[in-house]
Amino acid sequence: MTTPAGRPAPPLIELAGVTKQFGSGEGAFLALRGVDLVVEEGEFLAIMGPSGSGKSTAMNILGCLDTPTTGAYLFRGVHVERLDRNQRALLRRSHLGFVFQGYHLLPRTTALENAELPLMYRGVSGAERRRMALAALAAVGLTGWETHTPAELSGGQQQRVAIARAIVTNPTVLLADEPTGNLDSEMGREIMQLLVRLNRERGITVLMVTHEPDMAAYARRTVRFVDGRIQSDTNVHEPA
Amino acid sequence: MFWSALKLALVAIRRNPVRSVLTVLGVVIGVAAVITMVTIGNGATLAVSQQISSLGSNLLMVRPGQRMGPGGGGAPAFRTDDVEAISARLGSLAAVSGTENASATIVYGAENWTTSVTGVQRPYFTARKLNLAQGRIFTDTEERAGNPVCVVGETVRRELFGQANPVGSRIRVKQFGCQIVGLLAASGQATMGVDQDDVVLMPLRTVQRRLTGSQDVGSIMIAVADAAATDQVKADLTELLRERRRIARNEDDNFNVLDTRQIAEAMSGTTRVMTMLLASVAAVSLLVGGIGIMNIMLVSVTERTHEIGIRLAIGALERDVLLQFLIEAVTLSAFGGILGAVLAAVASVILAKVMELPFVFDPGINLLAFFVSAAIGVAFGYFPARRAARLDPIDALRHE
Repeated sequence: MTTPAGRPAPPLIELAGVTKQFGSGEGAFLALRGVDLVVEEGEFLAIMGPSGSGKSTAMNILGCLDTPTTGAYLFRGVHVERLDRNQRALLRRSHLGFVFQGYHLLPRTTALENAELPLMYRGVSGAERRRMALAALAAVGLTGWETHTPAELSGGQQQRVAIARAIVTNPTVLLADEPTGNLDSEMGREIMQLLVRLNRERGITVLMVTHEPDMAAYARRTVRFVDGRIQSDTNVHEPA
Repeated sequence: MFWSALKLALVAIRRNPVRSVLTVLGVVIGVAAVITMVTIGNGATLAVSQQISSLGSNLLMVRPGQRMGPGGGGAPAFRTDDVEAISARLGSLAAVSGTENASATIVYGAENWTTSVTGVQRPYFTARKLNLAQGRIFTDTEERAGNPVCVVGETVRRELFGQANPVGSRIRVKQFGCQIVGLLAASGQATMGVDQDDVVLMPLRTVQRRLTGSQDVGSIMIAVADAAATDQVKADLTELLRERRRIARNEDDNFNVLDTRQIAEAMSGTTRVMTMLLASVAAVSLLVGGIGIMNIMLVSVTERTHEIGIRLAIGALERDVLLQFLIEAVTLSAFGGILGAVLAAVASVILAKVMELPFVFDPGINLLAFFVSAAIGVAFGYFPARRAARLDPIDALRHE
């Protein structure tokens, strides 16, 4: 991929020598010990590794929720580590969607309202907001469940609402942190198929943390973290 | 964004109705207290000035001392000959009367009543435009002789005689008997709780001899024949009294001459100061109410940490969260302000009725109290809102 000027376009995501230290002095803990990673637009990447390997820390940094201690994080060529809190929030708002293991839906709030929420913070008008949220819920197969609150939905359905909320803004990247961790394998597979479909049909780049090899198998590329470093980086399927 | 935040605030407030009401109670009471104080104070001020204005614009009151008010700062009292000199030497006066006040318990049969006994001269009735319902005022002869005769007000009649006609009856004032010769027409007015019908009027000399035991005249009341000449009369009067009281050219007056307008201003000035004082005390409770709101907002932020984390993760900026909690605090306190204003209206109407004061609705203080309560929401909501906005999204999400 090249620009008209002939220079290669910067990759979507580039981590260069990223370290992350928690605490200081005696109690200091180095969660990431120099991570280099390039992710191109349209990839489906699974991040695996045992607990404490740094995969969640890496995910937080990729999601602009946290900043590296040293090293560089470039998002489409922009140095994220140089942005302030507000600028990172703006970047999250315009490019990223999040799906969490614990769904993290607002309680006592209907599926439709949950899906509308990100649009509210983007200043989308009421009618348009409703139309887009309904479309997103339809895309995750929840037509007919719009007025149900999280307490009235199964785990799989709640995760679908969370995915609808993440894709309603049509993000560049979808970050999924153990999206199937709270689900049985049947529901987990359905969620994975949904993520694969969103990746294929909409070209959304998916970054997913998981410790289940079954689920990682849906990704085209798997990065394995051990002790704060990337141990292996393999393309499982042939590139699309 | 603003409307969404307002909607969110209403949802959050309605989710905990009991807590919300308890939270704003401080503001409700504060606002109600301030508005009630000011409304009642305004009523009292109006009542005072109405009362005094009803005396007419041509009345002058002369009292010893440099300022109006009790005491008089040790200045010598007037004498009866001062009153005579004023009548004799100043022109264009309609009426001049010395007055002297004493408090006494009066007894009729088995009933007794403590009231203000005022020694006056016959022109006093003219000056004050007092009308009689029954009987007559005391005669010139009775006044000169200092006879024990009196004219009583409606309240005294009611307390001692019920519905009966008191004229001709003898009452006992302290240790002497006194014949009632007249009954004043009811004025029905009360100034700052002082019933204008609760009076016994006696010849000045009678009061001096039998009650105060001195020749002192507490004050002199003068009615000017032509209101336009009031300023001239005041100047002449001052000159005459300075001469009689032997005040050197470089000394200040040791007496004061006030016309009706000045009396009204001085009296309503006093009530106005009282009003301000009471309102400031009430305003402190408004502040305490603000602290209550801050307290609950801090609790609410802690309780909703997880929700804040979700909002931050899905695209809320710091200022979105700040605005959300700030609007919630302002909505709460403004709601308290409205409730307080309603409560104040009810309390003021009842209090005004009980205290026999006119009810003066003051839109200014109602608006002010409302905006102050909203401002308190901003001031005391800012700290908790900022705390919410500064939460780290990762920590907040982990917080269940």
